[in-house]
Amino acid sequence: METFLEAVNKKIHGVPLQACYHCRKCSAGCPTAPHMEYNPNKVIKMIQNGQKDKVLNSSTIWLCLSCETCITRCPNQVDIARMMDVLRQMAIESGVGAHEPNVLKFHEAFLASIKRGGRINEMMMTVHYKLKSGDLLSDVAMAPGMFLKGKLALLPPRTKDVKAVKNIFEKTRSK
Amino acid sequence: MKVSYYPGCSLHATGKEYDQSMKAVSRALNIELKEVDDWSCCGASSAHSTNFDLSIALPARNLIAAEKDAMDVMVPCAACFNRFKMAEHYLKGDKDLKARIEDVVGAKYQGGITIRNPIDIIYNEIGIDALAAKVVKPLTGLKPVSYYGCLLLRPPEVCEFENYENPFMLDKLMGAIGADVKNWSYKTDCCGGSLSISKTAIVVDMCNKLMSAAKEAGANCVITACPMCMANLDMRPSVGMKLPVFYFTELISLALGLPGSAETFKSHIFDPQPLLNQLRLI
Repeated sequence: METFLEAVNKKIHGVPLQACYHCRKCSAGCPTAPHMEYNPNKVIKMIQNGQKDKVLNSSTIWLCLSCETCITRCPNQVDIARMMDVLRQMAIESGVGAHEPNVLKFHEAFLASIKRGGRINEMMMTVHYKLKSGDLLSDVAMAPGMFLKGKLALLPPRTKDVKAVKNIFEKTRSK
Repeated sequence: MKVSYYPGCSLHATGKEYDQSMKAVSRALNIELKEVDDWSCCGASSAHSTNFDLSIALPARNLIAAEKDAMDVMVPCAACFNRFKMAEHYLKGDKDLKARIEDVVGAKYQGGITIRNPIDIIYNEIGIDALAAKVVKPLTGLKPVSYYGCLLLRPPEVCEFENYENPFMLDKLMGAIGADVKNWSYKTDCCGGSLSISKTAIVVDMCNKLMSAAKEAGANCVITACPMCMANLDMRPSVGMKLPVFYFTELISLALGLPGSAETFKSHIFDPQPLLNQLRLI
């Protein structure tokens, strides 16, 4: 049977995680490491140890900002940013869900907006996110000002061939 | 020169100052822009965080549309630029993926056009001297730190940005228009990006750190080339921590005396007009 390490490596499709010798440069440069449950290099160790549930259930994978500082500085070119993407996708696909549910809800609202109109409608996307997350009050005070400054458009921006975009979503939907 | 232009969603909404000033500056520098036909969103962080194939297919649709114009494609938004470069990187390096994505998009990807950001185009194609020669209002008294963020630079072998750990192109551009650019160690730090709405407290901390470092360097403003960095730096720092933030193109537009250059300052969240007034720049 395929181990967790093998499954992650296959999806990263690059330098295998075993190349990490835990110099911790990734964790030292990671801007959200102080907020994470496990540091990035610790996640690699946990994957090697087969601790699938703990890794997929951790806040770490959802707090990664994909700033790519880790891969830029890794002496062995281990693509930790890509690893985080892979782990997030595994958490979604395996039904574990997101330890930081609002982060995933934001992504879902963002993608739903693209699927609807081909382009992001920031106003509708934010409303959609707020309804899904229940976080109704934060930033609301900013909305009228942004609206008056023309930063939130009322007329939704649209790609003419929205069908082509919807088709991309259908065809890439994970089976 | 003539280039394809991919504005992306932000430049038509929260980042409209970038679009307006980009167009004005391009006109003044004889860079003709041809908007990519019927473009769609690049997918940004949300696509690559949740679905790899989607994160390649969304920019691929736009790259294929841009290829019809057979010119370099200029992508001002750092996030879109990054996703375009990432898609190109994976499509060129993985034949199976390329076949899969072409099937999803329903068209062939040639890989024949160059994806460029406007900093690179202005610095390398127009040049510092030609830019300086067009200045009618040197930005005397303006002391910016240039903030490059993540997505223009990393990963370096994908983004191919010059000197990715200590980039200098924006600094030189600002110097050419008369600003007194301050050096600092946070040029390439992250602003908190897409966690702005879902994990706001973390982003507030990150933006406060950047603002206090900018002040420590003696800066009176920050310049950026990314609508996400702009939104975070303009909105998220705590009261008393903020400095005015500008798109680099807004300042070029101001220094070149272009019509409407003062207009975009009115829609910033943190009003930069008092600073510009005080320095007699508007």
